Order: sequence, then structure tokens, then C-alpha cells
Amino acid sequence: MQDKLKNILLEANQVLSGASDLEELNDIRVRFLGKKGLLTGVLRGMGALSAEERPVVGQLANEVRSKIEEVLERRTVEIKEKLRGVQLEAERIDVTLPGTAFMRGHRHPLSVIQEEIEDIFLGMGYTIEEGPEIETDFYNFEALNLPKDHPARDMQDSFFINPEVLLRTHTSPVQVRTMERTAPGLPVRIIAPGRVYRRDDDATHSPMFNQVEGLVVDRRVTFADLKGTLQVFVEKMFGHTTKTRFRSSFFPFTEPSAEVDISCVMCGGQGCRVCSHSGWLEILGCGMVHPRVLEVSGYNPEEVTGFAFGMGVERITMLKYGIDDLRLLFENDLRFLAQF
Amino acid sequence: MRVSFNWLKEYVDIDVSPAALAESLTLAGLAVEGMEEPGKEIEKVFTGKILKIDTHPNADKLVICQVSLGGEEQTQIVTGATNVREGQMVPVAVVGAKLVGGLTIKKAKLRGVESRGMLCSGAELGLDPDILPEDQQHGIMILSADTPVGVDVKPLLGLDDVIMELELTPNRGDCMSMLGVAREVAALLQNPLKMPAVQLSAVPPGPQDQVQVDIDDADLCRRYVARLLKNVKIGPSPAWMQHWLRAAGVRPINNVVDVTNYVMMEMGQPMHAFDYDKLQDGHIIVRRAAPGETIISLDKAERKLIPDMLVITDSVGPVAVAGVMGGLDSEVTEDTTAVLLESAYFKPISVRRTSRDLGLRSESSSRFEKGIDLTGCLQAADRAAALLQEMGAADTVDLVVDNYPEPAVEKTVLLRPDRVNQFLDTDLTTAEISRLLIRLHFKVQEDHNGLLVHVPGYRPDISIEVDLIEEVARLYGYNHVKNTLPTGVITQGLRTEAQRLALNVKDFLARSGFEEVITYSFVNTRVFDRVRLPKEHRYRNVVQLQNPLSEEQAVMRTLLFPGLLEVHQRNSNRRLKDGAVFELGRVFYPRAGEILPKEVPMLAAAVTGSTPGSWNIQPVPMDFYYLKGCLDTLLAYVGVKDVSYRPAADIFGSHPGRTAIVLAGDVELGVIGELHPDVQESYDLTQRVAAMELNFHRLLQVSSTSKKYQPLPKFPGVERDLAVVVRQDIPSQQIIDKIYQHGGDILRDVQVFDIYCGAQFASGQHSMAFALKFQAVDRTLTDEEVAYKTDAIMEALQRDFGAILRK
Repeated sequence: MQDKLKNILLEANQVLSGASDLEELNDIRVRFLGKKGLLTGVLRGMGALSAEERPVVGQLANEVRSKIEEVLERRTVEIKEKLRGVQLEAERIDVTLPGTAFMRGHRHPLSVIQEEIEDIFLGMGYTIEEGPEIETDFYNFEALNLPKDHPARDMQDSFFINPEVLLRTHTSPVQVRTMERTAPGLPVRIIAPGRVYRRDDDATHSPMFNQVEGLVVDRRVTFADLKGTLQVFVEKMFGHTTKTRFRSSFFPFTEPSAEVDISCVMCGGQGCRVCSHSGWLEILGCGMVHPRVLEVSGYNPEEVTGFAFGMGVERITMLKYGIDDLRLLFENDLRFLAQF
Repeated sequence: MRVSFNWLKEYVDIDVSPAALAESLTLAGLAVEGMEEPGKEIEKVFTGKILKIDTHPNADKLVICQVSLGGEEQTQIVTGATNVREGQMVPVAVVGAKLVGGLTIKKAKLRGVESRGMLCSGAELGLDPDILPEDQQHGIMILSADTPVGVDVKPLLGLDDVIMELELTPNRGDCMSMLGVAREVAALLQNPLKMPAVQLSAVPPGPQDQVQVDIDDADLCRRYVARLLKNVKIGPSPAWMQHWLRAAGVRPINNVVDVTNYVMMEMGQPMHAFDYDKLQDGHIIVRRAAPGETIISLDKAERKLIPDMLVITDSVGPVAVAGVMGGLDSEVTEDTTAVLLESAYFKPISVRRTSRDLGLRSESSSRFEKGIDLTGCLQAADRAAALLQEMGAADTVDLVVDNYPEPAVEKTVLLRPDRVNQFLDTDLTTAEISRLLIRLHFKVQEDHNGLLVHVPGYRPDISIEVDLIEEVARLYGYNHVKNTLPTGVITQGLRTEAQRLALNVKDFLARSGFEEVITYSFVNTRVFDRVRLPKEHRYRNVVQLQNPLSEEQAVMRTLLFPGLLEVHQRNSNRRLKDGAVFELGRVFYPRAGEILPKEVPMLAAAVTGSTPGSWNIQPVPMDFYYLKGCLDTLLAYVGVKDVSYRPAADIFGSHPGRTAIVLAGDVELGVIGELHPDVQESYDLTQRVAAMELNFHRLLQVSSTSKKYQPLPKFPGVERDLAVVVRQDIPSQQIIDKIYQHGGDILRDVQVFDIYCGAQFASGQHSMAFALKFQAVDRTLTDEEVAYKTDAIMEALQRDFGAILRK
């Protein structure tokens, strides 16, 4: 009987090592260890054994069972591993093929830059004001110290609706509208982005373009504050190594007035085609709010001062992205838009 | 304003380079927009005398010149020019010379005859023919006979100069003169200003000489100086004057005209010279034009005058349009022997209007428009007379009329040093401020209130304190002012709800495959026809531009989507046939009884073609359902509830069977639909287009950012599918509403998951399959409960829509 058991073990080991899939292993398990299996068959004959033999054979039978189980287990793991390996090999894909397409669109570059400008000033405590794109002569000119027949009106050739109403030529009327509402409240810290219109259409002028206006009015606002504020703006917009310079200029609604140049973003100030070899690029106009504008808007210029600035979103967008043709911004070519 | 560096040095020492000066001027507010060195390329061009001219043996059109270059030196030059004569002085480019455009002169043989150089025209030397005297505009430039032989032509012709192009701001009319610029330079470099000396020795007037000036309209003419000159000998002005006029961009004409232009350029006072003998009675009258009056101006054009225009007349009729242009009849000619010089102050607004109305802009009008020095008229007249006298071109008669009804009162402006420091955040002392102003040629007096600043007549732009603060600031240097940030109350920089919503919408759509576009706010009225807008539709009531650049931009838009269709059209022409675009922008509606139109922000989108697809994904058509899906998701994203779509068959421009009004509760947000095929064709689009246009204000009104947590279900739900056969014309929304109505609280969700048309259904019928989800918050549902509800739903569908349960 003991020999029988040993033979079973021997045979089991043999067939197990030859098995190649899980089904075969299962058959083997049933054949050797199942209720009607070989091992059970042998044990059924135990009754015929002597009392001395019985424990010995019993122990041997258990040993044989656990050995078979052990090998069975090992073989199961081995075969599973092998099968997984085959599966993985079969599932190999070309990972260099493009991924499943997602359709994405893009914000217009002017809209992206306008938001960037807004965020810089929101971070400095400004709120965003809006005003009508069609304005009265009063808000667009008169209240901004640009009386009728003022030569400076030539700087802004306008589209008229009637003699008293026009498409705003700048976002500056929002200054007056805002102050009229807030006066005499302090402080005023606003920016006003929006579309503006001038009667000009050539390679470097669009009859419609975008500006962002800024206005700060408070008890002790200085020209130094204006400079510092715009310095922060330039550094955030164009990088902290960008230099700024302030040039004296003239706007009827600010005094002193200045134009702000930044070191050329293309050549770093060395001089190139973009900056006309000057090393500087003009990016915005600014100044201290003219006392007459404060007065018209309901503030006492002896008590409060203010600064204002206005910048062209197109100009900044073109500089930021290296766009060399203004017209691209209004052609809405999908290949252009998809770049931002 | 063109400023010659050499000329400027007449009035102020310049001890810095032209580039450094340009930078200082630019920072101080006189922007130097360009620098020009007219003779930069010119080398080795000398004056030469033509000794002899021989015919060319082999060419009819060439001649051989023997040219002396001074001393023993003589050279042979072959030229094709026809204006050369023996004895003339000409510019000679010798072998090795360099001319404009990089041209180098080499020894050459022309038709077998050696030529060792070239005789030059003005253009070859870089001189603009338009501003050369008439006799030098064509052929070789003939120099005046007294020119020395063998000298470099560059200084002689003003080619050793640097010209700065100044871009002046409208307030600095005073810098439209060499002296004005020199004053700025003197202030910046701290060098003294050298005023030209005026020495007049007048001859007594003869018995026939009379000059009378009457100003009838003193509101438009504040001063009129008339000075008489006799024994006038018309001829060319001296070379130096011609060079400087040319440098300033003015063409030399004759000595009298050149002097008036020279004084204008020097002092900023426009002048006019009348032929005295052609003025009736020596009588000048300054008045508004009479109705129907005309004048033939110097440019030989007849000008119709209107009564608002100020004219100069003699006792017969108009002889000049004040400040704008002289008349042809009283023009100074070669035969002129007596001249009446006008040096006047005309009101800026009047000159501005007149020059605009006549379409005539001149050096003179552009100066009057900005306001000249009222106090300087007489000095300018004297300066001109003295120059002519010096040149031996005329005798000054001791007869000058200065009609000056209301002499200027010197302006004084109080400047408080504290105020300066307060504005600029500086610590300037009173003395420092005073010194800065004195450098700018203001007279300054200290007073217990501050500084009393006397404003010279040439600075009409200075009238209040802040004008002076600016003067102090720009001379002190803007870039020396500190950089600080505003102090005071902290304010919150936040976007308003509307601004946040706008940004959210734009970001959402951009991330969902739409390109944001920006189109013009003005359109052609033709777009209304293109989108089949009925003739009387309110959107045809537009805000019209009075002076559009073209018909394409003639009216303000009342609709956004046509602009998007144009974008698709343009892209389609560039073979970009598929696309999704949107714009958030305003439309404009006129309002009766209001000055300003109504401006409404709108959100529009338009899609056409299909999504790109790729090797593993089929393209999805971008049609009505595509756009609607985007809109549904967008509306959910911005918190709009109760969204529904009402079929609308009669919306202009859109497909009658594929268009709906978008609603949030009762609020109409706008329209979504596919374009009418005619409209699609009118934009040359080959694929279906779906578009929408929503009122952004209303979207804001129904959107919400507030969100409330709903507890997650604790009990399992039960799913049931329900397929019914119904008439095709019953909108699915109606069926779904009915299902909800009869499903009770436990019906959580209804989705259409299949629509099927097949031959097995009666015509006009189709099968619609719905997935229903039942779920209760407090218990596990039993099959009986759910069956009870589905039976009730089916019964209602059968009763109200004639639906048949599909097995």
C-alpha cells in the first residue's frame, strides 16, 4: 500500500510537470485528490490494514496529499504567469499612435491678454468698470478737457452718429462716468477695458481696437505712485528684467502727462526692426488726472489727486506673442486663433 | 517739424552728440521720431569749373567736359547732361567718390572716350528735387558763379547736416520754430540762448507811401503788423538760407519769399509778403468774407469764401485768406519793387476752421492753429526787414503800422512749491524749482504764497498751476521721480458677477472646442438681406454712422451671428471647412427719445462641418444637436435651471424645422437653430451650419453660482426601459414631461436612449425608447410599486399621445 502511495506521488509529479494549462491542472487535481480520485481510492483500503500500519500509512497518505497540493499550487502560479505573459504580448499596441482626439478651442489672443491685464490690476485692488461704446461728445471729449475745436481732437478722428454722439475714441470716458458715480467717495481704483473706434484703417491701424483704461483717485496720489504702479504692471506683463522709461507727453485730460516706453522685448534694447533701432517700445500713455477733469466729475482738485493711464491691448498682444501684422487679430483665421 | 542741427547751433551751443540731444529732447516731450543725415553716403564730391565743352566723336547725346578742380588739377568728364555750359560751377564726383545709393565713381570709357568722374544732379547728391529751386530741379546742379573751385560740396550744400524729425504734441506750437526748439535745448543742456540780433536802419517814407490797417473783426484778428519795404530787388536768397530752408523742408523761391519763410521757421511767426504796388491804396482791411466772395489763391485755384472765414482785403477785395494762403493777384513776382510784410495774430480756431473748410493746410495755418506768440509780431516783421536789408534786397521804410487793439496782458501763474512736491513726491526746495523754471526762460518772483511765474507770450499753453508742475517735472526728469505704490485704504479687486460669468462662458466654450473670435461692431446693412431678415423687422432699425470708412462698416450691428457666418465664410474660402466659433460682444439698438442707443451684450456661436475625428474615432457632425449639447452643458455649468427648448418655425434666417427658442423657466434666453439653406448658400458654405444667439444679460439673470449638496441615495434604484411607438411629430420633450408627471416622486431620471423608424410602423410613426430610473430616499422599492408607476405612465402615454407599448 505504501508503494501504491509512492507511485501515486510519482505519477502526479510527472503529469503535473507536463500540464500546460489551468484546465489540465484541474483535471489532475480531480484525478488524484478528488472524492473519487486515486488517493481517496487508496485510503478506502485502509480498513484492511493492521492497527500498527494504519497510522504509518495515514501519515504517508497525508504527506503525499500535501506534496501533490504543493506542486499543484506551484504549477498553477507558473501557468498563470505564463498565460498572462502570452496575453500581454498579444495586447501590445503602438504607443506612438496619436491619442483619441479631443476637440479644444482657444480664447482670442486679445481676450487672453485683456484678462492678463485685468488680473494684474485686480491683484492691486482695482475693480473693472465698463461704459458705453457709443458715447456723447461730453463724455468722450468735453469732460476730458477737449473742448470743440481743440487741435488735440485731430489726434482722434472719430466716427460720428450725429454731431453730439460718436463711437468712443478711447476708454477715458469711463473715468468721468465712474467718478460722477463715486464722488465724493474715495478711493477710486478702477480699470476699464473695452472696444474703441477711430477713423483709421491701414496696415498699422484698425478702425476698431481695444484699450484698457486705469484710474486712481485718492487724497495723496502722486506721480511717483503712477510710475511705481506702471512699473509693476510692466514687470508682471513683460518680465522683471524689462526696463521702463517715462517720456513727457501731452494729453488734454492729464497733466503732467507721460508716455511709457519699455525696453524692446524683441532685442532686449539693443535696437532692431521692431523698435526702429531705438531699443524702446512705446506701450501706453498716462498722467496725473487734469484738475478740470476732476472738477467736472465732482471732485475737488485741491483735496484729491489722481492718475490715469490707457493702453492698447492690440499693441501689448502683438508684442507678447510676436505678431507682426495687426490685421491678423481681426481676420479670425482659425489657424491663427488655434495658436493661443 | 524738421530741425537742422547746423541751423540750431546758430541759437545755442550744442556740446553733445546729435543722438544724445535727440534722447534728451525725446524724454522732455519733444519726441525725435527720426534722424536723417542727407550727405551721409556722399564722399569726394568737389566744386568744379567747366572750362571747355567738346562734342563727342562717337555719340550725339554726349559731350566731353574739361573741368578744373582748382589749382593745376584738371579732369575730363563725359556727360549726357544738356544743361552744362562753359564757365559754370558744378558738383564733381571724382574717381573714388561715393554717391547716394552706394554708387562709387570709377574711371570709365564712354563710347571710346575716357571719363574720370561724374557731374552730379541734386538727386545724385541726395537732395530732394521737390525742395530745390526750380532751376536746379532738372539736369546737373548748377552752382552760383561765385562758388570757390575745388572745395568739398558737402558743407556748401548743407550735406554735412543732421536733420531731426520732431513729432510735436499739440500743446507745443512754440516748438514749431528753431528758436522754440533752441530754448528747449538751452534749458536741457544749460547753455545760453543766442537771440539773433536785429538792426534796422529805416529810410524815411516817400510822399506816396501810405499804409493803413483796419481790423473790422477784432475777435478773429488780435494784431496786425504791416511793414513797408522799397527798392526791392527780387533774386535768389543766399546759399546758407536756401540750405536751411531746404533742411526744414521748404523750397527756396526768391529772396523775399524765402525771408518770410525763414522768419517763420526761425521765430514761429507766419508772415506774408504782398506786392505793395498791387494793393489798392496801401489799405489793409481784416474782416470776415462777404457772402459769395471768392479769391484765386497762390496755387492758382479759385476758392469760394464763406462768411465765417477771415480774409485780408485791400480797398477793392480779398488779397489773402488770413493765416492760410495769399492771393495770386498780390503775389510777389520778379517785377516786384515794393513789398508790404504782414505779421499778424489770427485766432487759432478761425484759422483751423478755414483751413479745414478750404482743404488747405500750410506751414502758416498749422502754426496759427496752435497759437503763436501775440507779443512777437512786430519783432518778426523787423527781423524779416533786417534780413532783406542785410542781403541788399530791399530798403526798410520807416513806415510800420501795428494795429493791436487789445495788447496782451502778461500772464502770471502762482506755483506753490508744496504742491509740486505733493504731486511728484519730491523734496525740491523753492530755489530748486525756481531754477528749473528760469532755465525754461520763465521769469520767477518769490511771493509769500509761492512762486509768481510770468509766462512768456510764446507759451499760450501755460495758464494754470499744474501746467507749471509739468514744466518742472519734465525738466527735473520724469525718470528721476521715485517709483512708489499708492497707499491708503485697502480695496478689494474683484470681478463682478457679470464679469465672472463672461469669463466662465468664454473659458467653457474655448475648452469645448470653440474658437473665440472678435468681429467688427459695425457692419454692412446688406447682412440683413443675407440672413433673410424681413423688411420691417426691428433689427433693421440700426444706429447709423455719419462718416463710415466704407459701406462695409456703415451701421452698428444688431445681431452677432452674421459676423460669425462671415468668419466661417472667410475660413471656408481658405479651405478650412469645419469649425466652431463664438463671440461675446455688444449689439446696438436705437432708442426713441434717448441720446444714446441701448447696448446689449450677446453671446453667439456658430458651428459647421464635423469634429476632426482621427484614426480611432469617427468625425461627429456639428449640427443642431451638437450645438444644443454644448449649450445644455454650458447652461448647466453656469447654474441655469429649468432649461427647455420651444420649437420655432418662423425665426428669420433659420431652418423652420430645426430651430428652437431657448428658455430658462419663463425667461427667453435666445435662439438656437440650423441656418436656412438659402442663408447657408448666401455665405458660400457647403455644409450645414448651426448657430445660436443668446442675450447675455438674461443669461446672467438666470445663472447661479450657488450649489446645494444632495445626500447620496442610500437605497438601490430600479431601472426600467420603456419603448413606445408614437407619432413622429410629437416632441420628445412632451413625452418626457408626461412620463415625469405620472412617475411620481420616485421617478428620478428619464433619458431617451433610442429612436427607431422602421417599415413595421405605420407611416408617420416611430419607436422611442426611454430609460427610466426609480429610486426612493427612504426605502428599497418593490417591483409592484415600480410596475404600478410604469403602468400609469404607459396608460397616460396611450391616452394622450396614442402611444403603443412596443414589446
